[in-house]
Amino acid sequence: MDPSKLPGFLAKRLVKAAIVVLAIVVCNFFLIHAAPGDPASVIAGQSGAADERFLQQLRTQFGLDQPLYVQLWIYVKGVLTLDLGFSHRQQMPVATLILDRLPATLLLTGAAFAFAITLGITLGTLAAQRVGSWADSVITVLALTFYATPLFWVGLMLVLFFSVWLEWLPSFGMMSVGANLTGIAAVLDVAKHLLLPALTLGLFYMAVYARLTRATMLEVADQDFVKTARAKGVPEGQVVRRHVLRNALLPVITFAGIQAGQLVGGSILVETVFAWPGIGRLAFEALLARDYPVLMGVFFATSVMVVLFNLLTDLLYAVVDPRVEVA
Amino acid sequence: MSLLRVEGLTVALPPGGDRPHAVEQIDLTVDRGEIVCVVGESGSGKSITANAVMGLLPKTLPRKAGRIWLGDTELTAQSPEQLRALRGSRMAMIFQEPMTALNPLMRVGDQIAEALAVHGEKRRARDRVPELLAAVNLPDPAALAKAHPFRLSGGQRQRVMIAMALALEPALLIADEPTTALDVTTQMQILRLVREIQSRKGMGVMFITHDFGVVAEIADRVAVMQRGRIVEQGPASAVLNNPRHDYTRALIAAVPHGAPAHTRAPVTTETVLEAKGLAKTYSRGGWFGARAVVKAVHDADFTLRRGETLGLVGESGSGKSTLARCVVDLVRPEAGHMLFHGQDLRPLSRADRKPFRKRIQMVFQDPYASLNPRRRVGDIIAEGPITHGEPRAQALDRARDLLRLVKLDPGAMDRFPHEFSGGQRQRIGIARALAMEPELLIADEPVSALDVSVQAQVLALLAEIRARLGLTMLFITHDLRVAAQVCDRIAVMQRGAIVEIGPTAEVFGNPQHSYTRALLDSIPGRGWTPPVF
Repeated sequence: MDPSKLPGFLAKRLVKAAIVVLAIVVCNFFLIHAAPGDPASVIAGQSGAADERFLQQLRTQFGLDQPLYVQLWIYVKGVLTLDLGFSHRQQMPVATLILDRLPATLLLTGAAFAFAITLGITLGTLAAQRVGSWADSVITVLALTFYATPLFWVGLMLVLFFSVWLEWLPSFGMMSVGANLTGIAAVLDVAKHLLLPALTLGLFYMAVYARLTRATMLEVADQDFVKTARAKGVPEGQVVRRHVLRNALLPVITFAGIQAGQLVGGSILVETVFAWPGIGRLAFEALLARDYPVLMGVFFATSVMVVLFNLLTDLLYAVVDPRVEVA
Repeated sequence: MSLLRVEGLTVALPPGGDRPHAVEQIDLTVDRGEIVCVVGESGSGKSITANAVMGLLPKTLPRKAGRIWLGDTELTAQSPEQLRALRGSRMAMIFQEPMTALNPLMRVGDQIAEALAVHGEKRRARDRVPELLAAVNLPDPAALAKAHPFRLSGGQRQRVMIAMALALEPALLIADEPTTALDVTTQMQILRLVREIQSRKGMGVMFITHDFGVVAEIADRVAVMQRGRIVEQGPASAVLNNPRHDYTRALIAAVPHGAPAHTRAPVTTETVLEAKGLAKTYSRGGWFGARAVVKAVHDADFTLRRGETLGLVGESGSGKSTLARCVVDLVRPEAGHMLFHGQDLRPLSRADRKPFRKRIQMVFQDPYASLNPRRRVGDIIAEGPITHGEPRAQALDRARDLLRLVKLDPGAMDRFPHEFSGGQRQRIGIARALAMEPELLIADEPVSALDVSVQAQVLALLAEIRARLGLTMLFITHDLRVAAQVCDRIAVMQRGAIVEIGPTAEVFGNPQHSYTRALLDSIPGRGWTPPVF
């Protein structure tokens, strides 16, 4: 990659990204308003005093009586100034709600992603090195098992095993309630809480990366340049590391880049199972409560994330693969 | 004592192969300062022999018997680690495919430096790499060392491979078809380079090839292999001019001799196709990025008369395939006229074009990629006529006749393409084209993926069909010997333009354009006339 092209590339990509995000915002808006039921009726229903006038009053207050295109215009104008609206249910600005929850989700997905990538590539490489042996079979069976098992079930089983039977790890939450830990102790406490949900979320992706790494390693191992390396007397370990693995990782990077974005969305289930206070759970609660502004805010945040991860992947790709031009 | 001695080498094939041994009882020597060519068709065991010497045989191909010495080291008695230490230092190897033989993610300088580093010469790498790149005549070695392989042409990459192989001045260089994937002019440069370096350093070279022209160009001694055995071995001049074994004779007889065939369909003055001012430009980018524009075809006017064969020769990237694809409408030219019997085809819509498609058919280069692997041969051949409205039963009947015409058993109808060899698949490809009863056949490198004896059979078949059906043919090839044998007239293409066009004998006998002369000078073994038996 030519470093001098980088600023121009970034500028162009950011403009494109902004257009994409804006389009997503508009799509989300229509999608949510296409669903039956509105927040006013839910709130009115829960308050018990649901007469037509009260409902009308709530709708006026939330701006739901305006024509759809006016609502859209107000919303898009808000998003452009980073004002994501106000949650009447939680009596808080949506942006504040999301920013409160985002770090927890990023911590969870980041940990799960790192775990999936490291272990997946390691296991995939090991399996490819010993193709046809018992180690390969064990890794393949493990990977297929995690690939085929539903996330929430893995989560429940892990809780049963590590929390209920062994009582090693906490089964829910992000930190011990009322412990008021500080410093290293607090970090360790969060790490203990993080372990099970991150494992649950990461195992599926680990399986995917292990399978993918194994397949591409085997494919690359047959290529001519690997033979060239052997012909010039490169020791076997170095052949694998420098020649096979580096080339085999290219498709893994592409795949991981796409999934890094999905991971944020995929955390909804795990956050619910482990009561992890992230935006996944926020979205789930907002959905049940018909809390439109929060739901749209979460969608906005996750779409920004996906777009950013894609940009990051492209940059990484340009660094790793000299054939890719940033243009 | 010889530099390399192979004695009684036998390598097993996995069970279920067409023969029990990949190579059997191979005896071969290479002396210092000598180039030994190992010749044979694909599957004859040439590469297995080379890999056995390097200790690079895959586990599925174990050595059953035989011993190999390099100088006074017995290679077959060395541990894997000792063999590894010898590879790259005392013996080195270059491969056929320069496009894939270099690690795409490493700078070429680093790849050469790695060859030095793994043999404990890391400190010398900084000075040696530019030296080595200069020694293989690459321009601006310092800048080139920092380039990644994809920036280099095929010829440049092969030079880098040679530089890498020479890094530690090995006593033995094994070259496995190093010029097969290159254009003729580049091939000649690489052959000269190997020759020059070999004589300068006094290396022994084991040169594997299937091309007798290359043998005539470079060999001191020749070993001919057939089905895993060496059937004839001797000094180059003896084997080339006075071959003793039948198989060697057959191979040499199959070399295109460059003389026109005798049976010619009468060429009339009626024009079938006339291309005027065709232009095709490929561009990349746009919208946000800068545009990169390649003029693939421009200034390529030609006419084809009924019954004649026009050869389109040139190197890769010269635009010959693009021009052919314009004629069959696989590529839309953006300007010019293409008059087929006086009717301009270019402005026609898809529907208006359809009746003409039948009359212009194409045979493709790669017999492995050009047939749908999931369809039966009969369906492949009959598909065209059926889409043009012929009843299915009748089309299948005709497919059977066509298989007979291309000398395949009609029983082939119900089999799948993978059950056939390359030459047989190319026959199927020809039958598929003929099924449409075309008057104009476009053959895009129809024999360049085939072994020389199969190539001769397919060429003979094409000549026979052409004479029988009175076909007009546009024959694309990079092999000038083939062109000379098949074509009535020759058009030489360079960078998208036809630089010279004329009757075959004139173009070859008295080339006007400097590029044509360069091409002719690059035919390997042009000083050798294959003996006639």
